[in-house]
Amino acid sequence: MNPVLVGVLAVVGAPIVGGLLMGMDRRLTARLQGRMGPPILQPFYDILKLAGKRPMACNAFQGISASVYLMTSILGVLMFVLGQDLLVLLFVLALGAVMLILGGFSVKSPYSQLGSQREVLQMLAYEPLLVFMVVAVYLHTGSFAAESVFRLDRPLLLSMPAFLFTQTLVMAIKLHKSPFDVSASHHAHQEIVRGIYTEFSGLQMALIELAHLYELVLLLGFVWSLWHTNWVIGAILALAAYVATILVDNVTARMTWRWLVAYTWTWGAGLAAANLAFIYWTIREPR
Amino acid sequence: MSILSKARARSPWILHFDAGACNGCDIEVLACLTPVYDVERFGMMNIGNPKHADVLLVTGTCNLRNARVLRNLYAQMPEPKAVVAIGACALSGGVFHECYNVLGGVEGIIPVDVWVPGCAPKPEAIIEGAVMAVERMQARAAKAKAKDEGHDG
Repeated sequence: MNPVLVGVLAVVGAPIVGGLLMGMDRRLTARLQGRMGPPILQPFYDILKLAGKRPMACNAFQGISASVYLMTSILGVLMFVLGQDLLVLLFVLALGAVMLILGGFSVKSPYSQLGSQREVLQMLAYEPLLVFMVVAVYLHTGSFAAESVFRLDRPLLLSMPAFLFTQTLVMAIKLHKSPFDVSASHHAHQEIVRGIYTEFSGLQMALIELAHLYELVLLLGFVWSLWHTNWVIGAILALAAYVATILVDNVTARMTWRWLVAYTWTWGAGLAAANLAFIYWTIREPR
Repeated sequence: MSILSKARARSPWILHFDAGACNGCDIEVLACLTPVYDVERFGMMNIGNPKHADVLLVTGTCNLRNARVLRNLYAQMPEPKAVVAIGACALSGGVFHECYNVLGGVEGIIPVDVWVPGCAPKPEAIIEGAVMAVERMQARAAKAKAKDEGHDG
């Protein structure tokens, strides 16, 4: 397919798919709590409404940080669908996450400051897992390019089962799901007031919410790529991982940041490292 | 109806401030979130942050200590916004009207759009009040827009 067409489709389609999935999340969460829940299109209403509020910025940097966060999320989706370098993709995502954190730090509100500090700890928790994933891809294909994964003729999951778990973990942390929601909660809107998002309002918040939709699609894309040879199985895997994070979100409470880092660095990084060792010693492909 | 005003009508985020109520009204406000009433059906969410809020629900009497807090919260909400005063105390001071530290209802502190009477009002009445507040907010936003366009032309 024409790469320009793929890129345009991804940039236009990702927020639509992400928004519907996010709406499904809100609905499913409500049902698990014995409520009807909002319409599936609710995330779109929320983003539109936020974009239509009168601007009320604390400083100019907040707008810059929200915009860069959105741009890096779009760029991340684009790089993934066009089969670009996964390592650079991680750096781009990290740049966006750090810009959002700096935006949180740029105001004096203690809630925003606390949320930003905790977002740094969340990054500390999930970044190694993403890097392990890329290293595993490199051991398989001898390349960091996402394209090299798409060219493999057997699914990655068969040799990298632990990465289904770690990618689900990364998704739960990135989406601020319990028990990993130390910086701001996805559904609970009153915990440490809104954490890192406390001081973002109106259009800035709309940009951040839109970026979340792109990020959700990208994270599901990572899970999907574990079984890229068959679209249906890949999609089922991604959806199962997403539903698992929603279920865990609803049956657990927020844990401390110490637990978060300890858990991801032992279970997450431990399993990923064990899987890496397995790949290295058994089925390393000839370069 | 434009897409924006439809989105506004379907996603009013609510900030709840207790200006010294007996907690009767607050229990009824929180009852709106429970499975029985479930205001999230209408896209309403109870958020603890004035910067994300559209509708401010105030319960209880205003006094000398918390009037400043209430003004501050109202000022931090980005336009368009609306205020609902809930319960007898928020309307007029209620049974505390004659107390030495009570300023009376919310109206003297911040502009109120909808008054929901009762001691305490039923959750249905609170939901109706919030919906009416959204309508008032919409009308005001439309008026402000028409005024802006008038100035441009």
